Amino acid sequence: MMSSDDRRRVGAASPGRVAGAVACAMIAGAVLAPAAARAETPLDYWWTHGSRAQSISHLLWFSTAVSILVIVIVSALLLGGIFRRRSLPAPDLPGQAAVARPHGGASWITIGVGITTVVLVFTTVWTFATLAHTGPQPGPAAVRLQITAHQWWWEVRYLSDKPSEEFTTANEIHIPVGQIVEVKLRGPDVIHSFWVPKLAGKTDVIPGQENQTWLQADREGVYRGQCGEYCGQQHAHMAFEVIASPPDAYAQWRQQQLQPAHATDATEPQSGEGLFTTRCGICHTVRGSRAGGILGPDLTHVMSRRTIAADTLPNTTGNLAAWIADPQHIKPGNRMPRLALSGEQLTLIRHYVETLK
Amino acid sequence: MTIVAVPRTELPIGSVTPRTVGWWGIIAGIVTEASLFAYLLFGYFYFAIQPHGEMWPAEMPTFKLAGPNTVILLISSVAVWYGERGGRQGSRLKQAAGLGTGFLLGVIFVTIQVLEWKAKSFSYNSGPYGSLFFVITGFHMGHVVLGLLMLFPLTIWSMLGYFGPGRDAPISIGAIYWHFVDAVWLTVFFSLYITPYLGLRHG
Amino acid sequence: MTAAEYDRVPRLAVRDYASPLAEKLRHLWETKPGVIGWLASVDHKEIGLRYIVTAFIFLIVGGIEALIFRIQLSQPNLTVLTPEQYNELFTMHGATMILWYAFPILTGFSVYLQPLVIGTRDMAMPRLNAFTYWLFVLSGIYLYVGFALGAAPNAGWFNYVPYASKAFNPGLNIDFYALSNILLGISTTLGSLNFVVTILHMRAPGMSINRMPILSWGTLTISVGNLFAMPSVTLAFFLLYMDRQFGTHFYQQPTGQPLLWQHLFWMWGHPWVYVIVLPAISLVSDALPVLCRRPLVGYTAVALATVLTMVLGFGVWLHHMFATGLPGLALGFFSAVSIIIVIPSAVSAFAWLATIWTGQPVLNTAFHFFAGFIVVFVIGGVSGFMTGSVPVDWQLTDTYFVVAHIHYVLIGWNLFAVMGASYFWFPKVTGKLLDERLGRWNFWLMFVGFNVGFFPMHISGLLGMPRRIYTFPEGMGLDWLNLITTIGSYVFAFGFLLFLINIVLSLRHGVEAGPNPWDAATLEWTTPSPPPPYNYVVLPTLATREPLWETRLDEAPFHSDLGKGLPLDHGKEALATSTLDGQPEAILRMPEDSLMPLLLALALTLMFAGLIVKLWWLVIASLLIGLLFQLIWLWPRAQLAERRL
Ligand code: HEA
Ligand code: HEA
Ligand code: HEC
Ligand code: CUA
Ligand SMILES: [Cu+2]
Repeated sequence: MMSSDDRRRVGAASPGRVAGAVACAMIAGAVLAPAAARAETPLDYWWTHGSRAQSISHLLWFSTAVSILVIVIVSALLLGGIFRRRSLPAPDLPGQAAVARPHGGASWITIGVGITTVVLVFTTVWTFATLAHTGPQPGPAAVRLQITAHQWWWEVRYLSDKPSEEFTTANEIHIPVGQIVEVKLRGPDVIHSFWVPKLAGKTDVIPGQENQTWLQADREGVYRGQCGEYCGQQHAHMAFEVIASPPDAYAQWRQQQLQPAHATDATEPQSGEGLFTTRCGICHTVRGSRAGGILGPDLTHVMSRRTIAADTLPNTTGNLAAWIADPQHIKPGNRMPRLALSGEQLTLIRHYVETLK
Repeated sequence: MTIVAVPRTELPIGSVTPRTVGWWGIIAGIVTEASLFAYLLFGYFYFAIQPHGEMWPAEMPTFKLAGPNTVILLISSVAVWYGERGGRQGSRLKQAAGLGTGFLLGVIFVTIQVLEWKAKSFSYNSGPYGSLFFVITGFHMGHVVLGLLMLFPLTIWSMLGYFGPGRDAPISIGAIYWHFVDAVWLTVFFSLYITPYLGLRHG
Repeated sequence: MTAAEYDRVPRLAVRDYASPLAEKLRHLWETKPGVIGWLASVDHKEIGLRYIVTAFIFLIVGGIEALIFRIQLSQPNLTVLTPEQYNELFTMHGATMILWYAFPILTGFSVYLQPLVIGTRDMAMPRLNAFTYWLFVLSGIYLYVGFALGAAPNAGWFNYVPYASKAFNPGLNIDFYALSNILLGISTTLGSLNFVVTILHMRAPGMSINRMPILSWGTLTISVGNLFAMPSVTLAFFLLYMDRQFGTHFYQQPTGQPLLWQHLFWMWGHPWVYVIVLPAISLVSDALPVLCRRPLVGYTAVALATVLTMVLGFGVWLHHMFATGLPGLALGFFSAVSIIIVIPSAVSAFAWLATIWTGQPVLNTAFHFFAGFIVVFVIGGVSGFMTGSVPVDWQLTDTYFVVAHIHYVLIGWNLFAVMGASYFWFPKVTGKLLDERLGRWNFWLMFVGFNVGFFPMHISGLLGMPRRIYTFPEGMGLDWLNLITTIGSYVFAFGFLLFLINIVLSLRHGVEAGPNPWDAATLEWTTPSPPPPYNYVVLPTLATREPLWETRLDEAPFHSDLGKGLPLDHGKEALATSTLDGQPEAILRMPEDSLMPLLLALALTLMFAGLIVKLWWLVIASLLIGLLFQLIWLWPRAQLAERRL
C-alpha cells in the first residue's frame, strides 16, 4: 500500500497541473479566437446580415454570455470548495477525517436556484419576444419563391402572378437587398432543412407538408446555404448560394433568367445540342430546347451560376467537364448517373452546355 | 442510545395479499401497457386532426357486432370478479366457474372480433385508417389472447385446488389484468367507434 | 399445510460472516459451479456485473466506430470512408452508445448495487432480472449481426422517416434496427418493472422512503419513467416495421405522416435522455458526500429534483422538432418548459457544490472524476439551455453545437459519473482498490482529452458545421477545429484504455480493500468485499439515512441496528416491507437458479430472427416454445404459500 506521503506526491506531480494548464489554454483560445478576430466564415451565424437573423444573434450572444458566466462561476466555486483553507488539513484517506454535518449548506441551494430562476425567466421572456419578431413574416413579400428540396440539390421556382414571369433555376437564389422574400418549401422525397445561417435559422422541408419561411438581407453579398437535416448519402454536399444584390441588379438578373436558351444546330443528332437532348434531356430542362426532364436541375442558364452540383464545385470548364464525365466520382451516390460517353461526345456536350449562359 | 429493532411479530411466509410481488408487477405492467394504448390512440387522433390528407373510409363504423361484443367483454369481467370473490370465500366451485365463464366469454369475444374484421371494407394496407384500425384492434386482440392465456391455466389450477382462501394472489393478478383488458377495450371502442359520430370526422 | 408453514416469528441472529449461519446461507444462495450454473445464475451481483462488462464492451465498440470516422473528419475532403460507410458508422455509433451502452451501464450499477444499498438479498424477481440481461445482450448481438451482414442501420440514431422507409432505404438495414430496438425495449421495460417492485417492496426494515439512498430515488424515478415512455418508441419501431414489410400507411407517403414518427420517437427520446443520466448523477450524489466527509447537502431537495426532472422531461419533446414548422404557441410552450427544466438540475449542482465547500474533500481519483463531472455537467447543461430557446435553436439545431451538447451530457453526466462510481465501488465489487497513480493519469487524460476533443465542437457548430456530414469543404474555418477534435478524441480514448489497464492490473496486484475502505455511511459497506451471495448474513434495521455515521453525527434520537437482525435462513428467503415506512410485512421465498430466462430470451430472439427473414414457421415455432418455457417458469410452486392478513 502506498504511504500517505506517496499519495500526496502523486497528487502534486501528477499530470494534473500540466494537463489542466494545457486544457485551460486551449479552451480559452478556442473560445476567444474566432470572436476576437471577428473573422466571418461562410456559414457562421455569430455575425449575421438580416433583421431576422440579427435578432436571433443577439439572443444567441446573450445566452452564450450567460452560459460562459455560469461555467466560470461554477468552476470557481468548485475550485474554491476544493482548495480553500480549512481548519483541518485536507485528508488523504477518507478514514482519517472525521465526519460532520456543518450547517449552511442549504442556503447554497436557495440562493443558487433563486438566481438561476431569475435568469431563466428573463431568457424565456426574451425568447418569446424574439419568437414573435422572427417567426411570422413581418409584411408582404417582394419576391416569392417555391423551393423544392431534392436528394441532393435545390430546385428554385420564382413565383409570380403572371405565369409568363415564372421560371425555375437551381442551387442559386438571387434576392433583392432589403426586401422581404417569402419562401415556400416542398419536399418530394425525404426530409431536408432549408438554412441560410447569415439570414435565417432552419426550416425543415417535409414531404406532404408545405412549410414557409422568409429571408431578408440587409446588405449585398453571397450567403451560403446548406441542407440542415440528414437526408442520405450526399447530405454533406447539399448546399446552395443566396446572392443578394441591389433591386435593379436583381430585376436585371430576373429578366435575363426569363429568357429561353437560344437554339443551336438542334436538328443534327450528333451535334452538342442533339446529344444533350437525347442523353441529358430526360433529366434536365433547357427552356427553348427539346430537353424537358425534371429529375435534375434546370440548366437553361447554368453558365450564369457560380457553382455546380449544389455548391460542391466552382463552375469552371474543368469542373464541368469532370462532372459530366463522372458525377459519381465527385459526389458518390448522387442521382445523376455516370453516362457512357466518348471523349468526343463529352466535348460536344460540354461545349453546348457552355452556351447556356 | 435507543436501537430500533425489528418488530418480532409473526410474519407470513410467501406474500401478503393483496400487495404481493406479483401484484406490484402486474400494476407496473398495466401502467406500461396503458401507455402503449395511449400512444396508439395518440396516433389515431394525430391522423384524425390533420388539416390535409383525408384518412377516413367510406362508411361510418357500425355497432352491429362491436356493440354486443363490448357487452360480452364487460360480462366476462363480472364473471372473473365473481370467481375471484368465490375463491376468497372458500368455494372452489364458484372460483372455477367464474374464471371458466370469463374464459369462454373471452373466446367468444375473440371470435366475434374476427368476424368484425372480416366484415370491413378496408384492409390494413389500404390506407391510414385501415392501418390504424387493424393495428389498434390487433394490439387489443393480442392482449385479450394474453389474458386468455392467463385465465385458462388459472381455471385449471383452481379446479385442481391449487388455490384457497389463504392463497389466491395469482388469481387476483390474472383478474386485474383481465379487467384492464376490458377497460382498454372501452377506450378503444370509444375512440374508434364513437368519436366519429361526435364530430371527429369533420374536425 | 400446517399453519407453521405459513407464518413464522423470525428469530434474530448476530451479524457474523464467519458463522455456521453464514455457511448455511452461502450454501443456499450460491450459484452452482460450471457452465450450466453460470448460465442459470439469478444472483443480482453476477447479473449486474455482466451488465456492466457488456455495456463497457459496447462502449468500446461504439468508441472505436467513432475513432474510425474521426479520421475521415480530421481534414477537409478526405476519402478514407465512403459516404455510405460513414453514415453506417455514425448511426451505429449513436445507437450503440445511447441504447446499448448508456442505459445498460446504469442498469448494471443498479442491478448490482440496488439490493445492497437497500439492505436486501436480491431483486424482487431474480429470474426476470436474468431474462432482461439475456435479452439485452441478444438484442445487441441482433443489431451487430445486421452490421456484419452489411445491413447496418444508416439513417441516424433517431432514424427519421421517410429516409428510413422502404422507398429510400430498401435493404434490411432499418429492419435490423427496428427489431433489435423492440427486443431491447422489452428488456428495458421488464427491467424497470423489476426495479419498481424491488425498491418499493423490499427495503430493509426501517428504511422508510425518506431514508433511501439517492441512487434508489434515481433508479425508481427512471424506472417509473420508462414504464410510461418505453411503449412509445417500441410502438414507433413496430409501426415502421409494419410500414416497411407489410405496406401499412403510418409514415409512408403520400397518405402517411412523417412527423408522427418524430412525435413518437421524441415523446420517448427526451424522457430517455434523463433516464440515461439520473441514476448516474444519483451515484454521484451518494458517493461524493462520502469523499467530502459529510452527508449530502439538501437530500430532500435533490431527491425531489430527480423526480421533477423526470416529470418535466415528459413535457419538452418538441424541442427536438423546433424547425419542423409547428405553430407558434406550441413552440413557445415547449421552449419555456425546456428552459425551466434547468431548475431541478441547478438544485443538484448547487447541492454538490455546497457539499464540497462545506465538507473536507479527499482528493482521490474518484473525487477527481466527480469534480470533473461537475464541470462537464454544467457545460453540457448550459448548451442545452441555449438550444432550449426556439429562435436560437433554429440556428443551432443539427449543427455540431448539438453534437457538442450530446457528448457533454452523455459523456459528462453519464460516463464521468460512471468512471467515478467505478473507482468508488470497485473495491466493494472485487475486494481490491484500483491503483491511484494510474487513476490520476486515467482521469487527466480523459478529462483533458475530452475537453480538447469536444469543446471545439461548440465552435464548429457556431461556425455552421452541420452534423452527419461525411466530409466538409475547406475555407469554412473548420479545418483546425476538426483536427483538434480528432486529436482530443484519441487522447480521451487512450485515457479510457488506462482505465481498462488499471482494472486488469489492480485485479491482480491491487491493495486489499476491506469492507469499507472509504469509511462510507451506507449499508452496502457493512458487507464483506466482495459481498457473499446472500449479501447480508442478517438483515440490518435502519433508523437513519447514514447508518454507519449516525453515532458520530450523533443527531438522531434512534440508532440503527446493524449487528443483529433477521437471518431468514429457511431456504432462499428475503423480506418484504411496506412501501412508505419499510415495516416488515412478509417473508419472501426467492426462486432458485433457472435456465428458463436464457431459454426464453433465446426463443424470443429466434422469433425476431424469423420476423426479419419472414420465415413464418420459425416465428410460430419459437413463439410456441417460448410460451412453453413461460408456463414452466410460472408454474405455481406449492412452497410459495401465502396468507391473507
Ligand atoms: C444525456 C442526456 C441529456 C441531458 C441531461 C440533456 C439535458 C438538456 N438538454 Fe439535451 N439532448 C440530448 C441529451 C441530453 N440533454 C441528446 C442526446 C440530444 C440530441 C439528440 C439528437 O438530436 O441526436 C439533445 C438535444 C437537445 C435539444 C435539441 C437540440 C436540437 O436538436 O436542435 C435541446 C433543445 O432544447 C436540448 C435541451 C436540453 C436542456 C435544456 C437540458 C437540461 O436538462 C440541462 C440543465 C442543466 C444545466 C443548465 C446545468 C446546471 C444548472 C446550473 C448550474 C444553473 C445555472 C444555469 C443557467 C442559468 C442556465 N437538448
Ligand atoms: C454515451 C454516448 C456517446 C459516447 C460515449 C460517444 C463518444 C464519442 N463520440 Fe459520439 N455520438 C453519440 C453518443 C456518444 N458518443 C450520439 C448519440 C451521437 C449522434 C448520432 C447520430 O447523429 O445519429 C454521436 C455522434 C457523434 C459524432 C457526430 C457524427 C456526425 O454527426 O456526423 C461525432 C463526431 O465526431 C462523435 C464522436 C465521438 C467520439 C470521438 C467519441 C469518443 O468519446 C470515443 C472514445 C472511444 C472510446 C471510449 C473507446 C475506447 C477504446 C479503446 C480504449 C480501445 C480498447 C481496445 C480494445 C480493448 C481492443 N459522436
Ligand atoms: C438520370 C438523370 C440525369 C441525367 C441523365 C443527367 N443528369 Fe445532370 N443532374 C442530374 C441530377 C439529379 C443532378 C443534381 C445532382 C446533385 O447536385 O446532387 C444533375 C446535375 C447536373 C449539373 C449541375 C447542375 C447544377 O446547377 O448544379 C449539370 C451541369 C448536369 N447535371 C449536366 C448533365 C449533362 C450534361 C448530362 C448529360 C450528359 C446530364 N446532366 C445527364 C440528373 C441527371
Ligand atoms: Cu438534404 Cu440534408
Ligand atoms: Cu430533449
